[in-house]
Amino acid sequence: MSETPPVIPDGAMRAKGEQRSDPGPREAGSGPLREVPDSLASGSASGMTGRWLDSDLVYSFMRSKVVVAAALLTLLMVGAALLAPLIAPHDPYDLKTLNLVDANMPPAWVEGGDARYLLGTDDQGRDILSTILYGTRSSLLISATAVLLATALGVALGLWAGYAGGRVDALIMRIADVQLTFPAILTALLVDGVMLAAFRNGGQEAGKFWVLVVSIGLAFWVQYARTVRGVTLVERNKEYVEAARLIGLPPVKIMFQHILPNVMSPVLVIATINLALAIITEATLSFLGVGLPPTEPSLGTMIQIGYRYLFSGSWWMVAFPGITLALLALAVNLLGDWLRDALNPKLR
Amino acid sequence: MDLRSIGKVAAALAALAFVAATADAKTLTWARTGDALTLDPHAQNEGATHNLLHQIYEPLLIRDYAGKIHPALAVSWKVTEDPAVWEFKLRPGVKFHNGNPFTADDVVFSLDRARQPTSDMKGLLTSIDAVTKVDDHTVRIKTKGPNPLLPNYLNNLYIMDKEWSEANNTVTVQDYKAQKDNFSVRNANGTGPYTLVSRQQDVKTVLKRNEGYWGKGPGDGQVPLGISDITYVVIKAEATRVAALLSGEVDFVQDVPPQDIDRLAKAPGLKVNVGPENRTIFFGMDVASPELKTSNVKGKNPFADKRVREAINIAIDRDAIKRAVMRGQSVPAGTIAPPFVNGYSKELDALPKVDVAKAKALLAEAGYPGGFEVTLHCPNDRYTNDAGICQAGTGMLAKVGIKVNLVAQPKGPHFTLIQKEPPETDFFLLGWGVPTYDSHYIFSFLYHTRQDKEGSWNATRYSNREIDASIRGLTSEVDAGKRNATIARLWGVLAGELTYIALHHQVLAYAMKSDLDIPVSPDNAVHMKFVAVK
Repeated sequence: MSETPPVIPDGAMRAKGEQRSDPGPREAGSGPLREVPDSLASGSASGMTGRWLDSDLVYSFMRSKVVVAAALLTLLMVGAALLAPLIAPHDPYDLKTLNLVDANMPPAWVEGGDARYLLGTDDQGRDILSTILYGTRSSLLISATAVLLATALGVALGLWAGYAGGRVDALIMRIADVQLTFPAILTALLVDGVMLAAFRNGGQEAGKFWVLVVSIGLAFWVQYARTVRGVTLVERNKEYVEAARLIGLPPVKIMFQHILPNVMSPVLVIATINLALAIITEATLSFLGVGLPPTEPSLGTMIQIGYRYLFSGSWWMVAFPGITLALLALAVNLLGDWLRDALNPKLR
Repeated sequence: MDLRSIGKVAAALAALAFVAATADAKTLTWARTGDALTLDPHAQNEGATHNLLHQIYEPLLIRDYAGKIHPALAVSWKVTEDPAVWEFKLRPGVKFHNGNPFTADDVVFSLDRARQPTSDMKGLLTSIDAVTKVDDHTVRIKTKGPNPLLPNYLNNLYIMDKEWSEANNTVTVQDYKAQKDNFSVRNANGTGPYTLVSRQQDVKTVLKRNEGYWGKGPGDGQVPLGISDITYVVIKAEATRVAALLSGEVDFVQDVPPQDIDRLAKAPGLKVNVGPENRTIFFGMDVASPELKTSNVKGKNPFADKRVREAINIAIDRDAIKRAVMRGQSVPAGTIAPPFVNGYSKELDALPKVDVAKAKALLAEAGYPGGFEVTLHCPNDRYTNDAGICQAGTGMLAKVGIKVNLVAQPKGPHFTLIQKEPPETDFFLLGWGVPTYDSHYIFSFLYHTRQDKEGSWNATRYSNREIDASIRGLTSEVDAGKRNATIARLWGVLAGELTYIALHHQVLAYAMKSDLDIPVSPDNAVHMKFVAVK
């Protein structure tokens, strides 16, 4: 490890340095999101926080009210979803507690509503509010895991293609090109269909979770791979990479320890924007009936269920999950948008 | 007459024909939740399949909206001096869509074809011994012993053109459950009121009026045949189907979700017809396998224990399903025999009292105090709110400790699970309509041991040789009193077995534009030839 610290901050400084309009002093560790050298990591927390609050990122964050609102909304929804088992008034996944007598009830403030069910109930007597909380949780878990998978896959393949070049590059990138010609939802549907056929009669919820994760993950890796490959192509000719190569480090180590930290900022941006896309994709798959089963609805499944009653006046079944999904996707998207602008030196 | 004037006359005639055609043209877009599974007339004994086939092919006789039998390709039929032989007089002058004349050879060919091993119609023809041609328009059917009800079994038995079938290599019936294919699956040549123009499975089927149809024209027994072109489309999502009707994109929706009846009935320019169907919806379970495929119980089959079946029977709250899932549009049932059927009785149809505590006690007694796990297979595009029914059942069974994993899928794969030998489902939802209006049809398909001709839809593996013999005996019992006594005795035994848990008798709702009037038939069989246009 002794040779890496001087190399990594160098790359980091370059990326960071370009973001400032003025050349600025090139002190180490000015990139708040990057690895902090050992000497600083042991320093006082207030020093780090201070440095963080002082950074461009935080400044541009605080400057935009929309972004702050989006962040708060995201935090609120993620928090509520994660705490669903603690704060939800009912457990909608526990079929024992469902009572058909309470089915199709409007929200509490509408005539015929019941105070026990603030946002009403669906056709099976499930409390809409609790189901939204649990459903958001499933949606977020699936989307986040899928984005992680896509990131890991895309980054690894992109690094490999960019670093190795030649045939490997051509092969990986042609596969990526071919996949890009299909809409992501089509790829996800295809993978989902194939996996479901493979696990026919399974229907177990754990299986379903991974089917969705893999379907969405495989649908989104291309963007990462292309971006990472592009950056890698530039980076691999830099002196620090040549130096690493000269001292005989294996390619895997060079790729992941030396180049990777320098390609992470665009990856972070794509990941955030993709999270919103993944949430929508999961909802779409569930809406189409190939996602989570109706006994354990995610937001998309809820919308699918509610949609059946759109013409019969039971608007609450589709409206509340729909609004939740729209808000969640919007908030995450706004954050991603802001992050992209904040990390893009050309937009300064 | 010179060439020019011939041309003028021809043009005038063409114009006249065009005017006549447009004045008479009325197209109908017809939406359903699911498609016919195949066009092979004998490959699937399934409601939606028959429904579409009836427009293209014809049987010897049909049932009208009221369930009354009408002559179709046969003009008359009677039992001969030998009570085991029926004679059918065939309609003269009928042509198939390709122009071939309809003769006795076609009837003999079709009835033989429908009795092949891969045919799903063979279960209806078990009593037939031989079909012979007397002359070009007379056919005799010899049964194994007298069968006074034979005509009841023929109303979904379509007649194909022998020549066409041979020329196109479709003499053998499609093996549907093995996912085989043949020419007649996608092409059709019947005598029916409409000809097939194009077909995209599960999307759209286009039909055109058969202008040479024998029944068209004024006079007794003739049909209005008001619709000139039919576009049959599959719209699976309930709300989309209803929206298509509201927006005018389709003219007739055959499967109206109960929650939308009020809305459609109030919409200007639309009307809704509601009526009971000759069909009951129920759960079935594998009661005989040594072990279930999808259960966490290993080494034994929980459903084999009658106490478990009894527990399920009293755990299901049929009234709640009617109220919440069916929005009042169903008749909760205690038997899988619809009220239209000979053999139905009020006593048989009495609802079991819902008793969760007793159900739990029964499960504990059977050795499952903590319940068990099993997968329920359910169609999601066949019966009214089918997936919702399954979901409600799942919740009710959870209350007594049975954890049900629900798999809801389109009817094609669902029915394959049931029809495969051995069946690939432990626990399933099915609806059974009874086109013969007689209990024998239920016994033969759903209770008889699965073998050569019987039990093709019996996925419960229930098997009782003594019962089987009585079921087969029904086809040759001439004395109506004795026959009904046997039916009553069979129900007495079979109802008590609880291999099926009846849920409700289905109620149908058709919605259409106001200029149409298509009444609900108990068979859920729409004959477009009866539709006049105002």
